[in-house]
Amino acid sequence: MRRRKVKSKTSQSGKIDITSYKSKTKSNIYLEDLQELSADQKKNMLAAGVDPSQKARSGTYIQMDHSVVHSKSLYPGLEVMSTTEALKKYKWLDDYFWKVVSFSADEFTKRAQVQPHHGYFLRALSGVKATYPLQACLFINDNNIIQNVHNIIIAEEGSELEVITGCATASDVKRGLHIGISEFYVKKGARLTFTMIHNWAEDVAVRPRTATLVEEGGTFLSNYICLKPVKTLQMYPKAELVGQGATARYNSILFAHPDSYMDIGSRVILKAEGSKAEIITRAVSAGGDIIARGHLKGEAKNIKAHLECRGLIVTDKGIIHAIPELEASIREVDLSHEAAVGKIARDEIEYLMARGLSQGEAQAAIVRGFLDTSIMGLPDVLQKEVDKAISSCEKEAF
Amino acid sequence: MLKIEDLSISVSDKEVLSDINLEIKKGERLALLGPNGSGKTSLLMAIMGFSNYRIKKGNIIFKGRNINKLSIDERARLGIGIMFQRPPTIRGVKTRQLMELIKGGDFNVDKEAEELTLKKFLDRDVNMDFSGGEIKRSELLQVLASSPELSLFDEPESGVDLENIALVGKVMNRILDKNKDNAALIITHTGYIFDYVEPTKGCILVGGRVHCIGDAKQILQTIKKHGYGWCVTCEGEKLKAKHRSLEK
Ligand SMILES: Nc1ncnc2c1ncn2[C@@H]1O[C@H](COP(=O)(O)OP(=O)(O)OP(=O)(O)O)[C@@H](O)[C@H]1O
Ligand SMILES: [Mg+2]
Repeated sequence: MRRRKVKSKTSQSGKIDITSYKSKTKSNIYLEDLQELSADQKKNMLAAGVDPSQKARSGTYIQMDHSVVHSKSLYPGLEVMSTTEALKKYKWLDDYFWKVVSFSADEFTKRAQVQPHHGYFLRALSGVKATYPLQACLFINDNNIIQNVHNIIIAEEGSELEVITGCATASDVKRGLHIGISEFYVKKGARLTFTMIHNWAEDVAVRPRTATLVEEGGTFLSNYICLKPVKTLQMYPKAELVGQGATARYNSILFAHPDSYMDIGSRVILKAEGSKAEIITRAVSAGGDIIARGHLKGEAKNIKAHLECRGLIVTDKGIIHAIPELEASIREVDLSHEAAVGKIARDEIEYLMARGLSQGEAQAAIVRGFLDTSIMGLPDVLQKEVDKAISSCEKEAF
Repeated sequence: MLKIEDLSISVSDKEVLSDINLEIKKGERLALLGPNGSGKTSLLMAIMGFSNYRIKKGNIIFKGRNINKLSIDERARLGIGIMFQRPPTIRGVKTRQLMELIKGGDFNVDKEAEELTLKKFLDRDVNMDFSGGEIKRSELLQVLASSPELSLFDEPESGVDLENIALVGKVMNRILDKNKDNAALIITHTGYIFDYVEPTKGCILVGGRVHCIGDAKQILQTIKKHGYGWCVTCEGEKLKAKHRSLEK
């Protein structure tokens, strides 16, 4: 019963007519000083973790619609530019395009290949360890447009790079389509922490296509947070662990508002001996539908990977469908998963109400606890951004 | 303060309380005694308004107002507070966060937690893996922070070690002494808590019915000697006479 319902919804909500979006829009001027952004733009960027004051940031890339509006590194050894510019600057970069994401994967990747609108290029040179994260914002400022970006991040050997990317829209944007191709490279012994906060408008359709290659001893941490209403969001990022001892970890925090539809998964392919992976998802439905997928594929000896998905349903409407998959092609692998989906506990809500909290306050407190992000081991700056995003979502949802 | 009139309560279609009549006046502390499963906790839950405990008939009147239809939080804000016998665990919510949500302006969470030797529990999830005695103290801390006029204490001393009973009693008194009118309903099996908190009267609940209202300590003595069954058969003046003769 339940399964069928989700399936029929998939085909409905998953459908996007690319041609119904404008592919042309006016260009936005480059801003040397981010303080020139409008108050509304700043507010919406901030809600996606991108801080225009650049306090505690090592550099910023901002793209508005199809124009690069700001692009600058504040830290030696970190590079920030558009992928268009980077391609001109570095001949070798061609090899990094469409390498881990295939351009023929679907209609969205195809579209992004024929009609690219920049995207960010972020790179930490060998051995560089920045204190603060780089931030990148992909912003939709004009109503009803399509935005196709192609992003590249490279953490060169032994480097440590943190990236916060926020996707947001101007407050008066109602509808739009965002296609984001992202290819990340974590070289030998490097560490990349990638945190993405989505703050789209309610009627924006989003199709990120992301893949990461992790080399020997490299670590890739991906944190994905989507707490705001979104019309339809489908993504299934993938990490390939190709070097010995490589590690990947995906944390996702999903909150589906009424009428939001999210089909989100994370996939790790463990191709090298001793590689490790963990996928952790916390999904809350306040009326919307969430399909939480996860896929671990073990192809080498002595690998260890775990998948954990917990779902909480707050209202009578809404569906959470957890689909964990484990796949092994050899014997000496350690793959495990646990999934639990349930309704918010009435006795917990009532317990808090007996202390004088309203029903909404009680629900919010429980949901916040359920989404407890301390399990993710985020760096402090990121933890603060995530906490802020959760608080502001709470205020709106309950 | 609290008046219960002809109250019957059912839990998942099973009647657990029948025709209850009880009154707690300002400043009174009513001890509620009764065997396991007799409906004591159910009575507290019904007064607080928990959704599982449905009112089949009768009225709950608090401070002159019928609260039958009020939500739990409305009752809490009117001045009813409860110390749970078996509170749920709330994952991810730190005890400190909860305290911040429920406390009034001048309540010092750290100082009061220290007093209840709960300081290090503030950074743990609410009730998560708390021992029996720790749960009691954490419940008391929460009740203390919300300063109710009517406190419902469900077995405050059970499972608490001797030293901690003194502490529990002290804090219960602090809650009650905040205002001379503050009242309490105290469930106990042993009456150990009477060494610290003086009950003004007692009553027995057996099989979902109130069987006797009188002096708490005398009732307890009688139960100890003769068991609950005796109390059920003993009624009114007869009971009082017996109590008097027992005292001699
Ligand atoms: N949620 C519930 N679902 C089903 N039965 C319940 C529920 N709550 C209480 N009961 C039943 O109602 C009766 C009274 O329970 P209650 O908890 O009020 O007893 P009590 O007097 O507090 O007992 P104890 O001294 O053991 O704490 C018991 O038979 C119990 O099993
Ligand atoms: Mg009980």
